[in-house]
Amino acid sequence: MSRERAINLLLAALLLAMPLAALALGELFYITLATRMAILALAAVGLNFALGLGGLVSFGHAAFFGIGGYVAGILSSHAFNQTPMFSWPFEFFGSDQMPTLWLAAMLISALVALPIGAISLRTAGVYFIMITLAFAQMIYYFAISWPAYGGEDGLSIVVRNSFPGVNTAVPLTFFLVSYVLLLAALALFALVRDSRFGAALQAGRQNETRLAAVGIAPFRIRLAAFTISAAITGLAGALLADLNRFVSPSMLSWQMSGELIVLIILGGTGRLFGPVAGAMLFVLFEFVLGGLTERWQFFLGLILLGVVLFARGGLIGVLAGKARHG
Amino acid sequence: MSTALIIEQLLNGLQFGVMLFLMAAGLTLIFGVMGLINLAHGSFYMIGAFACAAVAAATGSFWIGLAASLAAAAAAGTLVEVAVIRRLYDRDHLDQVLATFALILIFSEATRWLFGSFPLYLDIPPVLAGAVALPGGAHYQLYRLAIIGIGVLVAVGLYYLISRTRLGMRIRAGESDREMIAALGVDIGTLYTMVFALGAALAGLAGALVGALQSVQVGMGEPVLILAFVVIVIGGIGSIKGALVGAVLVGLTDTLGRFLLPKLFTVFLGPADGATTGAALASMLIYIVMALILAFRPKGLFPATA
Repeated sequence: MSRERAINLLLAALLLAMPLAALALGELFYITLATRMAILALAAVGLNFALGLGGLVSFGHAAFFGIGGYVAGILSSHAFNQTPMFSWPFEFFGSDQMPTLWLAAMLISALVALPIGAISLRTAGVYFIMITLAFAQMIYYFAISWPAYGGEDGLSIVVRNSFPGVNTAVPLTFFLVSYVLLLAALALFALVRDSRFGAALQAGRQNETRLAAVGIAPFRIRLAAFTISAAITGLAGALLADLNRFVSPSMLSWQMSGELIVLIILGGTGRLFGPVAGAMLFVLFEFVLGGLTERWQFFLGLILLGVVLFARGGLIGVLAGKARHG
Repeated sequence: MSTALIIEQLLNGLQFGVMLFLMAAGLTLIFGVMGLINLAHGSFYMIGAFACAAVAAATGSFWIGLAASLAAAAAAGTLVEVAVIRRLYDRDHLDQVLATFALILIFSEATRWLFGSFPLYLDIPPVLAGAVALPGGAHYQLYRLAIIGIGVLVAVGLYYLISRTRLGMRIRAGESDREMIAALGVDIGTLYTMVFALGAALAGLAGALVGALQSVQVGMGEPVLILAFVVIVIGGIGSIKGALVGAVLVGLTDTLGRFLLPKLFTVFLGPADGATTGAALASMLIYIVMALILAFRPKGLFPATA
């Protein structure tokens, strides 16, 4: 454990040091890169609740990522244009305050995840993978064909939303906001993992029949985990919308769902800091390979294939050795 | 709304369903026999379309192109099975998803490398150009009718192959107990490679046939792949009969939904809102149907017993 904990601390310090160094060197672009790492890591931490703890391979988490993004985009566009979003039972003009947007993004992601989870969790294994994928596609096509909020073209956020007391337009400030949220999500993950709920969830992954035999119904705890997972991924979506100041259906696409799974596996499945390591590696690959060749996805594919076939356990698995429990 | 238009839309739905069946049959066979979830199946569809377009352009014959598409997709399937997929049979589904996701990236970029980013075009063969008159005064593209015919032939052929031949017997045995047939002296490795290549060839055929109706481009395989997933989930994973029923159901639902729902909502909401609401709902319709079916039959319409 101590070796993994040392690596975790190192990763957290590295991610924090990157934008500070970038600021000292005057290379502001790297702050954006680090913010992207933190936000993708947060999205993957969300997925890790379902995938890492519950063993629920959701291939549709882009739905919640995109919903979070669209909630932020839609609410702030109403606030910016001063057009009411709805006028009954009261007039609502959206919001450009991050805490409100975050809460709304988490709530709505969770509300969408509830019925999707309730139907998908009736199945297991490959069915679950394909059904979550299909639900995400449904939302993707809805976003494309619904013209009110940009449809296929997406929706711009003209001015980055604000957080009380700080100036979010400063890149470093926005990085720190994202970084703190990432740390909070990681703390929650550790808390849940070591709780009774987390123990039941992990037991369900390892042996469903035994869990049922001790009197715990797997369905309800899985649905709870799926919903929490969606809420956190939705929060990350709201942050990414603010980072790019743009949301489009591509946030809802199946490739995005695939990438979120990739982040976790690249870093190490079932590890607390797996998503962080994975997101840092992924953004780094994207940046370095993308700078070298236009065909960077080809090499990303080869690297992923290599990781699955030969380096099971991802980056943290390679550095810290085998996990204590499978 | 004339009868002719409705017949035309029904046939379009049937043609779409047949094309989905060619994809779904391979996917469901590969899952049923090897227990493998293969995201890269859409890449074989793309490879078939590109091979057909390139060879047809070089030789001037659609039919040589069609043969090339089958050969190219089967060859790619064999290569991938031997090099990568073989190592994944004993892994969990998560590893399979990730490895085949990586294969999609590799195939898509490699195709872009070879053929560039511009779409290719494939002409309908002269024999099948033109339209046929249907009862009710409608005219329908002969080529689309030919696709329906080919799909029916493939379905019959697959039925014969699986229920009447020695190879089919081995495939069915492999589905129910792989250790046992290995113990009986069947070379399970070769059998798996053959099933995988067969599935890839069917996907390649679908890609080549559709390539003449729409542009041939990188990324064309994935939307079809996801629909094929919906098909086999509805039909019951591992069941060819389920794949056929599911494919026709999805093909008809999607086509008729896109045709009828905007008209229906126009009646209630007026032309402007009705058309957009109907179109948005139509694009979600097959997923709603899938959710409804799964809510009542979590294992699909024809669950495989194994």
